[in-house]
Amino acid sequence: MSYSATVANRTYRFRDLRALLAAASPLRSADELAGLAAASEKERAVAQRVLAEVPLRKFLEEPLIPPEQDEVSRLILEQHDPVAFAPVASLSVGEFREWLLSNSGDLGALSWGLTPEMVAATSKIMRNQDLIAVARRCNVVTRFRNSIGLPGRLSTRLQPNHPTDDPKGIAASTLDGLLYGSGDAVIGINPATDNLENVHTLLNLLDEMRARYEIPTQSCVLSHVTTTMELMQRGSPVDLVFQSIAGTEAANRSFGVDLSTLREARQMALELNRGTLGDNLMYFETGQGSALSAGAHHGIDAQICEARAYAVAREFSPLLVNTVVGFIGPEYLYDGKQIIRAGLEDHFCGKLLGLPMGCDVCYTNHAEADQNDMDNLLTLLGVAGCTYVMGIPGSDDIMLAYQSTSFHDALYLRQVLGLRPAPEFEAWLVRMGIFDGRNTLSDQRSNTPLLSAFGNLSGGTT
Amino acid sequence: MNDRWSDLRTLTQARIALGRAGHALPTTALLDFQLAHASARDAVHKPWNVAAFAEEVYKLGLQALVLSTPLTNRVEYLKRPDLGQVLDQESELKLETLPHEDIDVALIVTNGLSSTAVDKHALPLLLAIADAYHGHSLRLGPVCLVANGRVALSDSIGKGLDARLAVVVVGERPGLSADDSLGLYITYAPRPGRSNAERNCISNIRPPAGLGYEQAARKLLYLTRESIRLNGSGILLKDQMPAQVVATLR
Repeated sequence: MSYSATVANRTYRFRDLRALLAAASPLRSADELAGLAAASEKERAVAQRVLAEVPLRKFLEEPLIPPEQDEVSRLILEQHDPVAFAPVASLSVGEFREWLLSNSGDLGALSWGLTPEMVAATSKIMRNQDLIAVARRCNVVTRFRNSIGLPGRLSTRLQPNHPTDDPKGIAASTLDGLLYGSGDAVIGINPATDNLENVHTLLNLLDEMRARYEIPTQSCVLSHVTTTMELMQRGSPVDLVFQSIAGTEAANRSFGVDLSTLREARQMALELNRGTLGDNLMYFETGQGSALSAGAHHGIDAQICEARAYAVAREFSPLLVNTVVGFIGPEYLYDGKQIIRAGLEDHFCGKLLGLPMGCDVCYTNHAEADQNDMDNLLTLLGVAGCTYVMGIPGSDDIMLAYQSTSFHDALYLRQVLGLRPAPEFEAWLVRMGIFDGRNTLSDQRSNTPLLSAFGNLSGGTT
Repeated sequence: MNDRWSDLRTLTQARIALGRAGHALPTTALLDFQLAHASARDAVHKPWNVAAFAEEVYKLGLQALVLSTPLTNRVEYLKRPDLGQVLDQESELKLETLPHEDIDVALIVTNGLSSTAVDKHALPLLLAIADAYHGHSLRLGPVCLVANGRVALSDSIGKGLDARLAVVVVGERPGLSADDSLGLYITYAPRPGRSNAERNCISNIRPPAGLGYEQAARKLLYLTRESIRLNGSGILLKDQMPAQVVATLR
């Protein structure tokens, strides 16, 4: 079905629902590269008006990719819960925006009644403040060895990457992060190589550190899911199963995964029974532009593709999901403005669909962005109730060669917004003398038992 | 406030034990970061003076051929990776009408994401490559110089010169610790449509911190000869590479 509108004697036509959604999307270079962006600002504004009239039901009746061609489309339809959908079933996209902004309670009951397309379509006609105000009201709590996502809390992933996976270098960055109060979401390494022995060594390193100091957190080496499965069979200490995912079957295949692989991996990890407080143990990363980059976007815009990845994620009750928003480069998100907008959209869509949504607030050196843009997005996401952000020494990932948020950045956000770490982790930080009990770093933290125990790392510290 | 564990910095290049002012970075750490980011940004945005570079190539006794993509500036280059993979019409014509003998290797230089890298390292690297190939009677075409190119540009140039292999020297995406790193990509039987899985790569060429010119040239020579022997490049070449290459380098 095609869509059209006449404004000031000019008629704008949109070939189908996909074309309308793409034209209504706030400008980003990924859609320009794909040839899907609106031809003018006016065409975009008209598309948003037309989109506001589309009934939410339309997204159930008119799947963007035929379900018989795409398992993510099938999953989206299978997941849809008509009972949860009932309160908003008669609304259009524009009315749903107003409904979201008029109500004040928790939005959790709605999540399985919504599809990624409904949520993403609505976000396209929302201002940044709308995205923040609504996302704040989605409480999503997940548990493995601690409780992530409670109100008034902000967690961090400690990311101690090293260009050659040197265990001492990784241990040094990990220790530094812990001493700055980072790591309650996960201590997670992106390995330089996916080699089995290498990943096994890193898993043991993190597990020993965690066990020795009874740190109430979980560890992860972000290798390919099949590598993690192989290592689980060999008895490696795997807490969380990681995988990058995208919003179409073809894009997931380009990552070397499908739904059945993820299902099998989750089952294997559940059987290890390593969680103490809960069994949320999947960790997913996503990012706008990944389906386009894999040539697997089916003519669908970058933001809708991204939201569809969240249907995949929520199927597996993950502990953590984060968009790696500025990592992909300027041909997908050109500058700070586009990165900030995409970060807020992804957080909003993820939260409304029921995910423990975090964000790697980041950029590469060829994007028109800098640390000030990251400060802006970090602060906005803090207000929006973002579940977790990254903690990287000095914001500089020396392995992946991009810039993200630092240990210091998370402390800034805690301070200005009064956000505390996960309660179990906060208690541990106080016990170790790293925090002072008032959500700030202790002046006495140089005396922490953690530091003396690691002192022999460099052969002389302390 | 300084951190007592600053000794740990000997274990990693990561920015650890930075100290703090309240919960923020101390001024020195903040400004160090700004400088590193500024260098990386300059490397990306600095245009490349191709004509001046061509003069230097002539002085080395090599033939140079300046070609161009349809891109006219760095902003377009960053937004349109597809246009960095093709030649403009004039350059296509230039290649078509260029009289050439049988060529084994089409050698291409482009600034890619770091003009700083090509200006600093590309000439000595070209010299080392020419020496390495000369010793094994591999015939080199004119060195093609193209501003604002992507790796896949080597497919159309290699095809245009009917070369058995295309080798492109390209400025890599600058990180905060290195803004001058060169990469080298090798493609057997180049033609538009080749995928990255069909290429081999030598990365981080930037002596003295990274790989040296002679080392890179010897590794390239090894990959070139193997690729010709196997009639292919990419994944198929990868498996047997490490041990033998390491041995060659010693």
